[in-house]
Amino acid sequence: MEANINERAADTAARRKRRKKGGKQPWILHLMVLPAAVLVFIFSYIPMTGIVMAFQDYKPALGFAESPWAGLKHFQYMWENDYFLKITGNTLFFACTKIVMNLIVPFVFALLLNEVRKMALKRSIQTLVYLPHFLSWVTLSGILIDMLAQTGLINQFLVHLFGIKPIFFLGDGGWFRFTIIFSDVWKEFGFNTIIFLAALSGINPALYEAAEVDGATRWKQTLHITMPSLVPITIVIATLALGNVLNANFDQIFNLYSPLIYQQGDIIDTFVYREGLLSGQFSFATAVNLFKSLISLILIAVSYRLAYRFAGYRIF
Amino acid sequence: MYHKTLPYRIFSVCNNIFLTLVSIACLLPLLHLLMVSLSSTAPANAGLVTFWPIGFTFEAYAKTFDNANFLSSLWVSVQRTVLGTALALVVNTTAAYALSKETRVFGARNLYLWYFVVTMLFSGGLIPGYILILKLGLMNSLWALILPGLVAVFNIILLLNFFRGVPKDLEEAAFIDGAGHLRTFFNVYLPLSLPVIATVSLFMMVGHWNAYFDGIIYIRDSEKLPLASFMQTIIVQADMSKLDPEAVANLSQRTIRASQIFISALPILLVYPFLQRYFVTGIVVGAVKE
Repeated sequence: MEANINERAADTAARRKRRKKGGKQPWILHLMVLPAAVLVFIFSYIPMTGIVMAFQDYKPALGFAESPWAGLKHFQYMWENDYFLKITGNTLFFACTKIVMNLIVPFVFALLLNEVRKMALKRSIQTLVYLPHFLSWVTLSGILIDMLAQTGLINQFLVHLFGIKPIFFLGDGGWFRFTIIFSDVWKEFGFNTIIFLAALSGINPALYEAAEVDGATRWKQTLHITMPSLVPITIVIATLALGNVLNANFDQIFNLYSPLIYQQGDIIDTFVYREGLLSGQFSFATAVNLFKSLISLILIAVSYRLAYRFAGYRIF
Repeated sequence: MYHKTLPYRIFSVCNNIFLTLVSIACLLPLLHLLMVSLSSTAPANAGLVTFWPIGFTFEAYAKTFDNANFLSSLWVSVQRTVLGTALALVVNTTAAYALSKETRVFGARNLYLWYFVVTMLFSGGLIPGYILILKLGLMNSLWALILPGLVAVFNIILLLNFFRGVPKDLEEAAFIDGAGHLRTFFNVYLPLSLPVIATVSLFMMVGHWNAYFDGIIYIRDSEKLPLASFMQTIIVQADMSKLDPEAVANLSQRTIRASQIFISALPILLVYPFLQRYFVTGIVVGAVKE
């Protein structure tokens, strides 16, 4: 017995020694991080220094060093520009509606899916609704443009069924907004549904058994057991989404919009792209982008703080 | 038992029907696309095709594979996907291994982590990134599509969280046997982390295959354009129907366009079954970390 303890003590000591030896070579660890660190420096940190051009009248021929300073001119122009306020409003509208819809729809869908008792059916539904998430907006916009055209499948269907005039889904401001929200929910609701389902599978079955004994109906069980158990994950998803209130999804809008509906459909990101790369207003576009990044940064910091405080969520 | 009561049974039947309909609705647009691509030109242009091909033919696919631009774009996409994913795996897994060590072992760990995480929160934006690629002389090169996104901090975090779950005893055993960090990484950590590595590489592959915007702004020669960017130019930039509903300029190309869209989406549809299985673990690890 004693020998055993001694042996173990010696073993632990040796292990500690060796562990130290393993830890004595952190240079190799530095070396392992190095490629990633260098790449991040070049492709993330160097562009950050390019932000100075928001305070300059940047001319590609002169470069950063020689371009004249412009102070806050671009920011002032931005604020006095009615169109900028318009697209900020559009951006907020799209982003916030999507955030809310992408919480409600998956929440309800996960609850309904949870009631499906045949595993095979449950799994196939899950697989199908999750599929559009992986298709790119280029592919989907190709399909949508075709299906939503005046002579497309959807309009044919509506015209035959209700005898209405064809709807100009992508050319009318109001319908464009509807199409954007609807197609986004259609593409993404499967994603959050999976997260909710994972939380649902973690509920202790004993709770349901106890409720059953007490004579609770399934609806009562849903109301008092299932829904409260989804509250923490809902809070996490909602707070983390806070960082996205200025992200209206560039890829989607960019591939579906047109000058016809700029008033209702243009967003900050597409505006930055057109002003910056198409019209060559490098400094102005960067100023607009900087404004957006700063607001987003603050929101992300706040959202992570809140998610940590209320739900103990940490990313690493 | 609640599920034997009549009201619940009625609900259950309605629920199953409703959910089945919703999931079919997720598939119908793709099905319609496939059917248009398999139909002859005339009925497709007349809008007669719904969910069954009319005048079944592979003509559109034959024409698509005759299109030199389409083929070169397909090849560029394959290159960027394979090369981009392979390089990213090497760079991200090694970094994640080092960063998964505790501060006691790797003192600079937290410093590095913040160095990486900052780039998740803030970026220079579109224009400075564009100017950088211009100045580096990467314009019109495959590397402009691979290098900027090579380090994906989200993936590093996913990997390092997984590495930290690997039992410490295994690592200690390796050290006792005289292995260094590199050897431990290759012979202990990597084989144990295959599920998460599969998840991350599928993430990256889908990302590369679907990426179109970098191709549009960085690539000028049409034969160097990746497939997603090529598709974007033919779908969106050639789409006259949005500007003038009656002048659908590319009407005769409807079946060809449908076949091109379908082929470009096909790799995603093929890897999807694997993707879905791994991905579920992946997002759960990422989203609701214990």
